[in-house]
Amino acid sequence: MNNPEDNRPPGERDWSVVVEDGIAKSNQPVSSAVADPSATTRRHEPHEPAREHLPERLYEPRKAVHNKRIDGPFRRFKWLVMLVTLGIYYVTPWIRWDRGPYAPDQAVLVDLANRRFYMFSIEIWPHEFYFVAGLLIMAGIGLFLVTSAVGRAWCGYACPQTVWTDLFQHVDRFVDGDRNARIRLDAAPWTWSKVARRAFKWSIYLFIGFWTGGAWIMYFADAPTLVQDFWRGEAASVAYITVAVLTLTTVTLGGFMREQVCIYMCPWPRIQTAMMDEKSLLVTYKDWRGEPRGSVKKAAKNPDQFGDCIDCTQCVQVCPTGIDIREGPQIGCITCGLCIDACDRVMDDIGRPRGLIDYATLEDCEREATGGAVKSPWRTLLRPRTIAYSMIWAGIGGALLFALGTRSHTELTVAPDRNPPFMLMSDGSVRNSYTLKIRNMESRPRAMEIAVEGLPGALMWTDTINRDEASATQRVTVPADLVRAVRAYVAVPVGTAPQQFEFRVTSLDEQRETDVVETRFDAPEDE
Amino acid sequence: MANKRIDQPTGTPTVGHEWDGIEELDTPLPRWWLWTFYLTIAFAVGYVIAYPAWPMIDRATEGVLGWSSRGELAEEMSAADQARATVREQLARIPIERLPEDGALMQQAVAGGAAAFRVNCVQCHGSGAAGSQELGYPNLNDDDWLWGGDLKAIEYTLAHGIRQAGDDETRSSVMPPFAGAFDTDQLNALTDHVLAFSGKAESNPVGAQIYADNCAACHGIRGEGDRAQGAPTLNDAIWLRGSSREAIKQQILNPRMGMMPKWEGRLDPVTLKMLAAYVHSLGGGEDFVEVAEDPEVAVDEQP
Repeated sequence: MNNPEDNRPPGERDWSVVVEDGIAKSNQPVSSAVADPSATTRRHEPHEPAREHLPERLYEPRKAVHNKRIDGPFRRFKWLVMLVTLGIYYVTPWIRWDRGPYAPDQAVLVDLANRRFYMFSIEIWPHEFYFVAGLLIMAGIGLFLVTSAVGRAWCGYACPQTVWTDLFQHVDRFVDGDRNARIRLDAAPWTWSKVARRAFKWSIYLFIGFWTGGAWIMYFADAPTLVQDFWRGEAASVAYITVAVLTLTTVTLGGFMREQVCIYMCPWPRIQTAMMDEKSLLVTYKDWRGEPRGSVKKAAKNPDQFGDCIDCTQCVQVCPTGIDIREGPQIGCITCGLCIDACDRVMDDIGRPRGLIDYATLEDCEREATGGAVKSPWRTLLRPRTIAYSMIWAGIGGALLFALGTRSHTELTVAPDRNPPFMLMSDGSVRNSYTLKIRNMESRPRAMEIAVEGLPGALMWTDTINRDEASATQRVTVPADLVRAVRAYVAVPVGTAPQQFEFRVTSLDEQRETDVVETRFDAPEDE
Repeated sequence: MANKRIDQPTGTPTVGHEWDGIEELDTPLPRWWLWTFYLTIAFAVGYVIAYPAWPMIDRATEGVLGWSSRGELAEEMSAADQARATVREQLARIPIERLPEDGALMQQAVAGGAAAFRVNCVQCHGSGAAGSQELGYPNLNDDDWLWGGDLKAIEYTLAHGIRQAGDDETRSSVMPPFAGAFDTDQLNALTDHVLAFSGKAESNPVGAQIYADNCAACHGIRGEGDRAQGAPTLNDAIWLRGSSREAIKQQILNPRMGMMPKWEGRLDPVTLKMLAAYVHSLGGGEDFVEVAEDPEVAVDEQP
């Protein structure tokens, strides 16, 4: 193991080789994959440094993205989506919906305190949470559908992270100017004017963050009341905490972390890559057309040597996540299409055909590269996978609507007393006690009839109806939108055997909704 | 052994120890972690000042906020008490005869009584209030009452107990033992007669005569009992200590008589009212027979 380049005086020991037990220990790393078993005993000496230098550090500080202003069809679409999504977010809690005197008049309300969820004419109780689960499943499959058809369109246009990041980037542009001005300001030393600018910008961030959190809490209480209470300092502390937390997350995620959330934190890009295939539309740079890159001048000098890309890097400058689309599809690309706007504009200016960067499927790209015909967008969108997703999505939606339309607003549960199971009365009759829970899901009080069926001679009275008025049917009023517990006592004549019977509850209105529960009547078996 | 060399590939010093050739890099904590750590220290300082922290000889340092877990519990308890105070006040004011007229208050009373029942009564009467035939604890769910089953009677029984020594107002009755008074035939005849009240045997003149001479004074000619004396009804289906011939004979010869402690003085009057309401609500409660007797029962609206 002597290094021939070592010019050591002869006879002096080579310290790079450590001899122990007659085995020379090498300082060369030995891969466990190829080393013979005894090699582990010949690993490098501990006091010696390991020899290989890692090529680079694993940590890389963020490079701030200062995206340039651009206009074009995709940018306008992005504006539209931002307008619509933010509009829905801020306006929804203020829509009123008349539900009568016994229910709130807010169209969309998650009433956590009373455990009710209102959405226009639909009211969901906690036990019907499967409707919400169904909606979430539909949202999931909807994302599958969108992803398999048009790639990461969700990421590019509708995702809250994207919408708010976009908003904050517009704030940057409004306060500090466009890309170059922002880069200059970033690099500039901290003068008072920079401090003032930053303070102004960050207070706008805080303002946006505050209104984001402020709108969120409106979904959980009557909005007009809450606004008044909030500013008077009388709202529940959870409202203030929620607003504070959401302000913080909005400013942190949208104002400072931005594209890092998409690239490093969000699981969705990873899942999406598994759902896209060569038939999905995505933002693609047509490298066969663009490469090799060369300026207009060079191309004029050497015709046929350069592709269409003139390496103006407009596509990079407008990108909200700061990637270079010409490197190919990548996790940082949220497919917002702004690079298409930028490139098309440049191609128009220099008189080359548009679509060097384009929404295209990888399959079409290959076909186009070899000179084949490109499928129409409809053919691209309508394929078995997207059709299957659509049908599953519509199927679940239809099933949910059906369940919603046919659900009963009257329900009954019965819990028989088990201690004691039955009670002998002084006239020899046997009594059982039951706790009935009658659910009235209408937002008005309803009269209900409770009937004992299939128990001959049975008489029933309750905690509010005296034994003198005992009969096989009783009438109770269930308050609006509540479950009423009724203690029911059922007595049968001497000699009735233990048996199953039924409680039936019927709403005494034009709906005549009914629910039947089978339960057991216990009686002494002997005699 | 301390040999804090710099590890070249990472540029990080080692901690200076080596175990079987394994060394550890002295990698500094991430900055955010370090700052979080400093924050916790700052928080701890503030916490020590604000809250009880250092253990001293008999108590901990008090902290400037004056908070203690005991104090918090006391506050919560008093808040809970205050929440109940209105109901208790109303209950204290309303005479028990008028309680059923106020449905909401009655419900509150039943709920409070259920809680008190679980603490004070289940030991004998059982958690379902079904009592025990073997031990002679009455079933409170049925409609058979030795001393009366309206709210007022139940409240009285609760307050003064049954056969409670040392209480002049306690409910008290004695069934005399008849051991040695009858021969076997007489005893059988009497038992038959008693069972005949509820249709479980054939009556006979001998038994009827013995019954009329010895029992009818308290239990009534037809075995209808007498609540004023606490004499059990013999013509119904419910038998406190069993309906078999043996059980009845035993009860004639060597009667066992139960005892219920008085609760006045141990439970406050409001709790007694609530207990009475709960027992009344178990399904066998009776209406007042004598409410009309005193229509001017003072319902004092002013506390």
